Amino acid sequence: MAAAVGVGQQWVLVEMVQAFYEAPAYHLILEGILILWIIRLLFSKTYKLQERSDLTPKEKEELIEEWQPEPLVPPVSKDHPALNYNIVSGPPTHKITVNDKECINFASFNFLGLLDNEKVKNAAQASLKKYGVGTCGPRGFYGTFDVHLELEERLAKFMRTEEAIIYSYGFATIASAIPAYSKRGDIVFVDEAACFAIQKGLQASRSNIKLFKHNDMVDLERLLKEQESEDQKNPRKARVTRRFIVVEGLYMNTGDVCPLPELIKLKYKYKVRIFLEESLSFGVLGEHGRGITEHFGINIDDIDLISANMENSLASIGGFCCGRSFVIDHQRLSGQGYCFSASLPPLLAAAAIEALNIMEDNPDIFQTLQGKCKRIHRALQGISGLKLVGESFSPALHLQLEESCGSRENDVKLLKRVVDYCMNSGIALTQARYLEKEEKCLPPPSIRVVITVEQTEQELDKAASLIKEAAQSVLN
Amino acid sequence: MERPAAEPGAQPRANGCSGAAHGALRNGYVRGLPAPDTQIHHIVHNGGLYKKPFNEAFEETPMLVAVLTYVGYGVLTLFGYLRDFLRQWKIEKCQNATEREEQKDFVPLYQDFENFYTRNLYMRIRDSWNRPICSVPGAKVDMMERVSHDYNWTFMYTGRVIKDIINMGSYNYLGFAQNTGACQEAAAKVLSQYGAGVCSTRQEMGNLDKHEELEKLIARFLGVESAMAYGMGFATNSMNIPALVGKGCLILSDELNHASLVLGARLSGATIRIFKHNNMQSLEKLLKDAIVHGQPRTRRPWKKILILVEGIYSMEGSIVRLPEVIALKKKYKSYLYLDEAHSIGALGPSGRGVVEYFGLNPEDVDVMMGTFTKSFGAAGGYIGGKKELIDYLRTYSHSAVYAASLSPPVVEQIITSMKCIMGEDGSTFGKECVQQLAENTRYFRRRLKEMGFIIYGNEDSPVVPLMLYMPAKIGAFGREMLKRNIGVVVVGFPATPIIESRARFCLSAAHTKEILDTSLC
Repeated sequence: MAAAVGVGQQWVLVEMVQAFYEAPAYHLILEGILILWIIRLLFSKTYKLQERSDLTPKEKEELIEEWQPEPLVPPVSKDHPALNYNIVSGPPTHKITVNDKECINFASFNFLGLLDNEKVKNAAQASLKKYGVGTCGPRGFYGTFDVHLELEERLAKFMRTEEAIIYSYGFATIASAIPAYSKRGDIVFVDEAACFAIQKGLQASRSNIKLFKHNDMVDLERLLKEQESEDQKNPRKARVTRRFIVVEGLYMNTGDVCPLPELIKLKYKYKVRIFLEESLSFGVLGEHGRGITEHFGINIDDIDLISANMENSLASIGGFCCGRSFVIDHQRLSGQGYCFSASLPPLLAAAAIEALNIMEDNPDIFQTLQGKCKRIHRALQGISGLKLVGESFSPALHLQLEESCGSRENDVKLLKRVVDYCMNSGIALTQARYLEKEEKCLPPPSIRVVITVEQTEQELDKAASLIKEAAQSVLN
Repeated sequence: MERPAAEPGAQPRANGCSGAAHGALRNGYVRGLPAPDTQIHHIVHNGGLYKKPFNEAFEETPMLVAVLTYVGYGVLTLFGYLRDFLRQWKIEKCQNATEREEQKDFVPLYQDFENFYTRNLYMRIRDSWNRPICSVPGAKVDMMERVSHDYNWTFMYTGRVIKDIINMGSYNYLGFAQNTGACQEAAAKVLSQYGAGVCSTRQEMGNLDKHEELEKLIARFLGVESAMAYGMGFATNSMNIPALVGKGCLILSDELNHASLVLGARLSGATIRIFKHNNMQSLEKLLKDAIVHGQPRTRRPWKKILILVEGIYSMEGSIVRLPEVIALKKKYKSYLYLDEAHSIGALGPSGRGVVEYFGLNPEDVDVMMGTFTKSFGAAGGYIGGKKELIDYLRTYSHSAVYAASLSPPVVEQIITSMKCIMGEDGSTFGKECVQQLAENTRYFRRRLKEMGFIIYGNEDSPVVPLMLYMPAKIGAFGREMLKRNIGVVVVGFPATPIIESRARFCLSAAHTKEILDTSLC
């Protein structure tokens, strides 16, 4: 058997050699040249298609030597208006000492006067004695204290939602909440006058941003309709693109409220979710201070997420988001400012709990505050040269120049003189500060007037007349 | 490279890998095999930069363990799919919170796949995280007991308190998290005088005299010209990096930088390039390429180059190679942003941070950033540097214009603790704490190595990651340690690479030797 195979193999070989001899000469020569060419290609040096650089190392050294970077920061002139801060000695309460002058405070957002409240301070002291100051860890790693859990429960109960989540910094609250839900490819409709924290949250989320004119529901509906027609062209993509509307309850930049009932109608018509930012309206609007949903009488479950900071009415530090568990629980793993940052110091959480207690026990302070707001709103009408911007029940109003003097810088200087005049006569005011180059829609320069529950009627009248006087003397 | 001879009598390691195994294998992806004891990195041509030996060790994952870890995750994933399937067909009850009835036809808020990990893997071991405590986060802590009857979907508090758990998880490096003592009394006094909140931003009416005092003190502590303090450490990074760099600038950031640095870099709009963790050759190559080739496509020169590094990396326990980074920075004329969140107060003979640890000049670092949460027992962050830099930040930082300033009692806590560390309050308590921390670090690391665990990181770093690798061990380790009254932190994916889950110990000056011994046994 093996011999037969061996013969068979030999026979194949013989055939091959014979074919070799019988082939025409040109065929053999062609094949020989081809083989030699392949061998040459295999052994020649390869080079990349895109030559990165033809620079020699010496030239690279020269380039490195020559390159001059810009200075790390451009120089700031000494009399830049934002460089010289007002120094407040002592607590920033109702009577405040600014730059060694005693004034009545019309500039801190201490709406309910809780900054100086004895009960709040005592609660914070008790917490300080028990826990010390800091928490030394993020919420995930032994930074969750029972005060945090209690505060979250209390806030959820107060706002009548299922769950609440606390952040340790007011700015970071909305700036971490938006990117947790809205990612690249999603669409967010946001009001032009939204505050800077919302803008940063939107920038971090990398979604498509569509701005609509301030409080203009017609403009918003137009944008929504455009989006709807886009969706019909590409229904597969539309099924996975999330949509959100981000509005503020009481706008910090203009003092208006958003028209929430119309927004709810638009929500159900176009299937968009609503995120509501209530930093100024929490603890101010509504019969019990629950914010703009109570003010308009809307079911709170209709709003997907309410976010607010505790630095205004609650006179503490930090912020919270509240809503249904389905929505809020997601932030516990994906809210950047929650997972990667230390938790709120317990003494501030205890102060916030006590402030909530006071708010629940005295619901008539909200009416008092609204009365004072209306009073000063009336009193500040008709000042020559300054116009009042804001709703009559808003505790944070703006006074803008009726006619601008040409450049923003000069406007700012003029308003500064008005503010200085008032400060010298015992009323502490401040200009509203913005980052001019970073804001999307920069509001005009203005003076902020803040009304708190602690200001008496005489003080309100005094402030109004003083502002009138200042406007007269400076602007005319 | 020759194989190191197997040690005579090498014991199998406590986490299941035998000592000989990792020394004997050479796989495709093994970087280099360190000897079983630490490898001393003396960079030959930069030998003059390091004044003392720089010992870092990152032992490679043994092959067997890596395979088993992948298998473990694979099994969990399969189970996850199975249970999702059951839930979808309503065979198993769905215990997640669900969307409202009225909004069922809206676009779903979460994609199913995004939450796959959360639903199936995280839920099983959820009880290792978010443990609520009810006392000072010092060396020993009281924890609220919680039980779950439905496999960690919901928790109930039994109302009982587990007392005296040894705390190896809080960032309490110098032991200033106390509720008695000089710091607490000073804070109490300021609280009764100033109140808890501030209700305004720095540029408007929120700049108290306390803040000015604090900033001068920070500048003195760090040895820089001027400093500025902010209310939140995370926000310090995410709001100031955009103020310093913008479009047309280049950011070179380390692979393992913290989320706040990454967010700040993204928000600034500059181009970001990443260099390998603590790898100076990678950084140098990137710098050279950047300067020689300029911006992509337009070839214009970069406006500025900013290098972002951290002092101690909290997940690895490694210390940045600062002398080399500064040498590179000077050679290529770029700027350095150093985030000392974990290293301020914890490194250096007098607690001044990683700059002092290496014996360098603080003026070489352009932007020194840090937080007060870890070593000072308070909250907030700071940035220190030259006067022009700080003036610019006072005017243009997002935090100064739009965010509330620090709360007064917190400021007082920082002032008192900083004075204590500097020794200005007349006692040597501060210095003792710093030395105690250094001793604790060395002792703890040495003992753990002797026991045979795989530890990452530098010899002198108080953050000690202990490798666990397998997903099941994460949950088991956390629970077993709790049974023995020791609270530790376990981390897995996504904070660490998927096969490198670990337990992390944070040492503190408040830990006495007995506490450390108890936890070791």
